[in-house]
Amino acid sequence: MDILKRELAPISSDAWTLIEQHAMVRLKGNLSARKHVGLSGPHGWNLGAVSLGRLRLSQSEPREGIHWGLREVLPLMEVRIPFFLKLMEIDSISRGLKNPDFAGLEEAAQKAAWFEESCAYHGFAEAGVEGMIARSPHEPISLRKQVDLYQEFVERAVVSIQKAGIGGPYILALGTEPYLAVMAGDQRGYPLRKRLEGILGGGGMCWSPALEGGVVYSAREGNYELTIGQDFSLGYAGHTRDAVELYITESFTFQVLEPGAAIELKLNP
Amino acid sequence: MSAEYHETGLSEEARDLHRAIKSLIEELEAIDWYYQRIDVSKDPSLQAVLAHNRDEEMEHAAMILEWLRRRVPHLDSVLKEYLFTTVPLHEIHAAEKASGGKVAAPAADLGIGRMKQ
Repeated sequence: MDILKRELAPISSDAWTLIEQHAMVRLKGNLSARKHVGLSGPHGWNLGAVSLGRLRLSQSEPREGIHWGLREVLPLMEVRIPFFLKLMEIDSISRGLKNPDFAGLEEAAQKAAWFEESCAYHGFAEAGVEGMIARSPHEPISLRKQVDLYQEFVERAVVSIQKAGIGGPYILALGTEPYLAVMAGDQRGYPLRKRLEGILGGGGMCWSPALEGGVVYSAREGNYELTIGQDFSLGYAGHTRDAVELYITESFTFQVLEPGAAIELKLNP
Repeated sequence: MSAEYHETGLSEEARDLHRAIKSLIEELEAIDWYYQRIDVSKDPSLQAVLAHNRDEEMEHAAMILEWLRRRVPHLDSVLKEYLFTTVPLHEIHAAEKASGGKVAAPAADLGIGRMKQ
């Protein structure tokens, strides 16, 4: 048995398959950053930290002529989001139930994806993670609600990143409200989405649950790195007569290697 | 073109599968030969080169096996059942029969990865 202890769960293989499929679909639907940033891994549970390649020299006097320093590392976070499923519902899958109530699983998967997204875009100071928006040196572009101005905003964002000497392709990641606005389009003939994609130099547009406004960033290699230890997995925590407690887990960290590669589109009322 | 087709009139899909399976056989055979040559060679520098080449064949074998796994659902299923497990291999099938289903693969993630379209 491994750390996930799945063999202990009172869940048939049919039900596990369905649970995994639901988790996978919900996670994929809520993840955007990992498609476009550098991805290292999955390395598995054994990876505890990423070496940052720097040496922090000791401030104390050398002892017996011995100088020393500590290698700088960024530890991986281990995330766990518990949820409950009703055993009657799980057992019914073996009876042919096609639409089990997986509300708890779906909510947990959304939370798990949101957290990874939030770390990539906004950072998570408690774990030493700096997000691409938080580290950006560029003045944010005010994303007003007039959708007919979106093309100009995105052009300005791309030019700002280009001026910093960072090439494309570029990604336009948007929160729900501006994303829906782009999909609805403006009054001009050619679809706004297509026009925006034309500006992005072969990149693309995506939605993120962790954004309100948006961000334009370069997907060129070497700007950002998401390091994954254990990729999203399902584990078993315990069960009663009526319900089983499972969890979604992941270990990861995120590094901003080139702060100038992103610029925020800040949503203003 | 392989001269070892067992049947005539094969579909393009069957020919591709044959090509991949033949390639896998050849890579595994090369690994076997390298092991034998390393075993009998008296020259450590030659042994090192042969071991390096053998390891490259292993990478080739893994790549072609993965190609096959992505296209053959039952191969995917049995590989998931047996690979990267720690229990004795002969017990996996017995455990599956006893539980009436598959034994959950240890530490398996959901395969999200990079999500390249």
